[in-house]
Amino acid sequence: MANPKRKISKSKGNKRHAAWKNSLQASSLSTCPNCGEPKQPHRVCPACGYYNGQQVFTPTE
Amino acid sequence: MRHRNKVKKLGRTAAHRRATLRNIARAMIEHHQIKTTLAKAKAARSYIERLVTYGKKDTVAARRLAFKFLQNHKLVKKLFDEIAPTFADRNGGYTRIIKMGRRQGDGAELAVLQFVGFEPLIIEEKKEKKKAAKKKKAKKEEAEAKATAAEEKKTEAAAEKAEKVTEEASAETEAEKKAEEAAPEKKEAKQTEKTAAKKEEEKPKDAESEAKEEPAQEKKEKPAEEDSKKNE
Repeated sequence: MANPKRKISKSKGNKRHAAWKNSLQASSLSTCPNCGEPKQPHRVCPACGYYNGQQVFTPTE
Repeated sequence: MRHRNKVKKLGRTAAHRRATLRNIARAMIEHHQIKTTLAKAKAARSYIERLVTYGKKDTVAARRLAFKFLQNHKLVKKLFDEIAPTFADRNGGYTRIIKMGRRQGDGAELAVLQFVGFEPLIIEEKKEKKKAAKKKKAKKEEAEAKATAAEEKKTEAAAEKAEKVTEEASAETEAEKKAEEAAPEKKEAKQTEKTAAKKEEEKPKDAESEAKEEPAQEKKEKPAEEDSKKNE
């Protein structure tokens, strides 16, 4: 039977767990420079419809 | 990694994929900006940029190549005459993709695909759309107001008749006053009196006829409202 040659070190295991844990967490939010509402980074602000100082869409009220 | 993944398949057969990208390209040339999923925007981008490159060449051969993809002479004309010339000083990168976040329902990442440098035009188009929507709304409200007014008229018809009688009386007294004030105007005053009297005679009849016509008008208006709803 094929078996691992070495025990997985704490460092290896911790790195793997950290990567997996971070992949499950929600991405951080940035604040919209136009209206100050929280928004996803690199995306249009859903509250005011601005991105890079340009109005992309007008939000429905 | 994008290895060995040159063609984004978009979960479609080749014909379906071509049709989808063609539709996106047509919509893009017509409206300068479209909102689709990020994957479709990225897939359509290369086709649209190639079309713009054809447009910049501005030869008959290029026109035919563009038509091969667009299959629409009007759009080819617009591409060559309106859109491509604005990119004369730009070497590629004619389009911009702006991420919009995820769509509720299927969680697909949405994006806006737009031509660079057409932002003011896009804003104007949106304003026009809004105006059209407002006009539609106003028309609807008018129709509703008419319908309600018609109903009110029925109830008030009797009351109005009474009011008209009093108005007639007041009009007559005014005419008499005018006659007293100025002798040369007497003839005119008399004429106005006569016309007023005639109108007064006609008015009650009109009210009755209107009352009869109103149900018919309502019937006409109702289908129109339904049509507008369907259009929305």
